[in-house]
Amino acid sequence: MSEKKKDELLHDHNHDGIDRRGFLKCMAWAGTGAFCVIKGGVLNSYSLSRMSEISTADMMGELSFVQISDSHMGFNKPANPDVVGTLKAAVDKVNGLSATPEFMLHTGDISHLSKPEEFDTVDQILKSAKPKDVFYVPGEHDVLNDDGKQFLERYGKGSKGGGWYSFDKKGVHFVGLVNVMNLKAGGLGTLGHEQLEWLEDDVKHLKHSTPIVVFAHIPLWSVYPEWGWGTEDSAQALAYLKKFGSVTVLNGHIHQTMQKVEGNVTFHTAASTAFPQPQPGKADSPGPMKVPAEQLRSVLGITDVNYVQGQHALAVVDSSLA
Amino acid sequence: MRRSVSIAGLAAALVLGIGVWDTGQKGSVTSAQEKMSTMEVKIDNFSFGPVALTVPVGTTITWTNRDDIPHTVVSTDDPKTFKSKVLDTDEKFSFTFSKAGTYPYFCSIHPKMTGKVIVQ
Repeated sequence: MSEKKKDELLHDHNHDGIDRRGFLKCMAWAGTGAFCVIKGGVLNSYSLSRMSEISTADMMGELSFVQISDSHMGFNKPANPDVVGTLKAAVDKVNGLSATPEFMLHTGDISHLSKPEEFDTVDQILKSAKPKDVFYVPGEHDVLNDDGKQFLERYGKGSKGGGWYSFDKKGVHFVGLVNVMNLKAGGLGTLGHEQLEWLEDDVKHLKHSTPIVVFAHIPLWSVYPEWGWGTEDSAQALAYLKKFGSVTVLNGHIHQTMQKVEGNVTFHTAASTAFPQPQPGKADSPGPMKVPAEQLRSVLGITDVNYVQGQHALAVVDSSLA
Repeated sequence: MRRSVSIAGLAAALVLGIGVWDTGQKGSVTSAQEKMSTMEVKIDNFSFGPVALTVPVGTTITWTNRDDIPHTVVSTDDPKTFKSKVLDTDEKFSFTFSKAGTYPYFCSIHPKMTGKVIVQ
């Protein structure tokens, strides 16, 4: 563990193991690049400017990957008339990381209108990213018109049902879930019975010490139900993951970074590479939020995730495009 | 076409001395009645406006998306009475309600957006 430095905050356990004030502070930093690490329920945070002084053991690890989300290729309204440019900037950011991530996760809304040329453009742009493997889960904008048939053809090789699947990397078990199909009027995201049964079976025989990373488009916790920011049956999914010592849930959809810790589960949402959305309840609706042009890139971003063998939790770092 | 029909309708009403309210026959509909046969629903800020709309049988409702994000208009029944394609900003969808009933609908992309058409 590193010694205390000026902008390192170490917070004591609360009776529930979480220091909420510490989290709020860390989240405020997240837009400008903060390194928030939870170790055994204790939050450590460092500003990105001090990253070079932190021991590499704390920072890097056995496995690192990047999450990008909500590229909305095809969107062209005032909130961002150049989603191609900002996606390219996100790729530049990924390529500029000191340790090249092994692969990328895209947590959905790849396209804006499920148009073939939109998917093609994203594929083209991601070709210039150093990590060559990309794993996708669909957002609701990716499965318009055809119940997800095109998405599955492009990105669903080896997946089950509506596009769910799992894979292992360096001892970490990754699960891609789909919660944007068969949405019911007035409802939230939904996983469905078939997918839940598959999930139960998929993790049944894994050792409790296996770190789990679950990624899906709509948040798997109740961020703001009034705006559809939640998943109706996620509690069932999380029940199947209860036995594991480290579970990291990565989501998109809300176009802003947010984090919550509940026992052994760390929930994290990524910024969009296209446009920001308002904070829960801070606007009439969750639509694209216009910011002054010079501020746009500071509210878009990528998420870098590192796993260090033996550490309790994965280190999740958000960095904005500017 | 509209104007000539409404003039004919007014003329017919004057001659008969009775307003003709049979919406099934376009030729004898008055201009006031004609205005009723098409109704507008505006989609904006992730909501349908008006949320609930009561219309007479034979009315055509046109939904216009004024939001800066795409939406759909899909009835909740099965099989679906109506289902629009994806509407980007300024795109429209129209449906003529030929049967009385209550038709709840929603946006299949953002399911929290709901509306209702009551056809009497």
